[in-house]
Amino acid sequence: MRRSNWTEYQKEIADDHYYYARSCIRQNFFPGSEKAFLNIIGGNLRKDIFDDPAHTSCTGIGYHSDIVPLETIMTVVARQFSLMSEAGYENFVASCITSFGVYTEIMATWEEFPETEERTREYLLKATGREFRKPKNLAHTSDIIFHHREQIALQARHRLVNVYTGEPLRVVEHIGCHYAKIFPKSGIGGSEFPYVLAGMVESWGGEIVDYPERRHCCGFGFRNYLVQANRGYSIANSRSKLESMAPYRPDFIVSNCPGCAMFLDKWQYTLAEMEGTVYGQNGRGIPVLTYEEMAGLVLGYNPWELGMQMHQVDVEPLLDKMGVEYDRAAKYLGRNGKYLGRPEAVRVNGCPQGTYCNTKI
Amino acid sequence: MTDFGYTVSKPRRIDIDRNDMTLCDGILSSMPELQTCIGCGTCTAVCTAGNLTDFNFRRVHTLVRRGEYRGAYEAMNKCMLCGKCRLACPRGINTRAVVLLLKERLKGM
Repeated sequence: MRRSNWTEYQKEIADDHYYYARSCIRQNFFPGSEKAFLNIIGGNLRKDIFDDPAHTSCTGIGYHSDIVPLETIMTVVARQFSLMSEAGYENFVASCITSFGVYTEIMATWEEFPETEERTREYLLKATGREFRKPKNLAHTSDIIFHHREQIALQARHRLVNVYTGEPLRVVEHIGCHYAKIFPKSGIGGSEFPYVLAGMVESWGGEIVDYPERRHCCGFGFRNYLVQANRGYSIANSRSKLESMAPYRPDFIVSNCPGCAMFLDKWQYTLAEMEGTVYGQNGRGIPVLTYEEMAGLVLGYNPWELGMQMHQVDVEPLLDKMGVEYDRAAKYLGRNGKYLGRPEAVRVNGCPQGTYCNTKI
Repeated sequence: MTDFGYTVSKPRRIDIDRNDMTLCDGILSSMPELQTCIGCGTCTAVCTAGNLTDFNFRRVHTLVRRGEYRGAYEAMNKCMLCGKCRLACPRGINTRAVVLLLKERLKGM
């Protein structure tokens, strides 16, 4: 890949004063990531960020599943913008890639068809008595981390380097489809050469793996997964990616989409149980991180406070490679020290005795 | 192995890296003029059999060139060997001979 290719697509990212819109699904899949983002932006970087309890889901999952009509989602989005204006902010930051895609799509629709914006204003006023101003700057949370990546690098306690060999860790970066495949100008590097995660990895000492299916969808695709009969198609997409990346021996996968990170992690378990195949090193799966978890590890956060015990593929081999100190015994303890329970041994975390496993590398 | 109530769908894409190209290479070395095909589809447009059946010479040839042999022999059996495609081919490829060659090499595939 030529480095110059991504530089054609750039976007403006606000430097401070963010209105934060959470994701509805990330808090279930990766419960520590959003808190980590708030801690990194508000604590480590000392920026002003407002976590508003009054905002709702963007309803993107319903919209992409043909359940929520366009007029409804536009009105919901208008309410979020109204809350942002009310709180005194102009820079809207969405935690979810689908939400980011929804906000981008709706802003573009209002621009292209101003009558739809007028109608949305009417609906919002009738439904809630509210008015709204559009954000001056719209960004995804990964854009914000990317924007501040060098400051994070200055505070780094660990780098993305294998402490045993001194070599950079080999990282697969996976960009959610709704980040820039719908509106290429909305992402750093456009749809074909997105640099948002690659930039973080390079700044923090890692090495990007460029593999054939790098831009392939993870297979989530909402209706591909929501109907059980369609899940065979969904998992086939992830398998296609995993088979393509496995020969390059990645140390971990990082994604900026809640669905992608979840599916690339959980489908590895499913494939191991269905077919007996694992794609990582030493007969294990490939750990899958969110970019906040990656940033958190670099900044020296406790992996269990980042919620990494919730991953299907164990992260300990990666933590060992990075030289992160952690308490193995504390992995399954909740924040109040209560024992959460220990999951059963599964193929993806090392083939249990008496079971068959086929390793791809 | 665990049954989750669904299976992994088989991809429908053509994977040239994995397909066995031995047969295709053999066909090309027997008839090197095939490499000049520009895939314009004139052969298919004038095809008598294609007008009456779903036979598509261009499609079958393209698939064979990518190592996808399944069904190619059966498809070629629909050809009436009238030779109109040969007259129309802008590259002058002996398409009739191609049909006979594919039938010879792909029998039983």
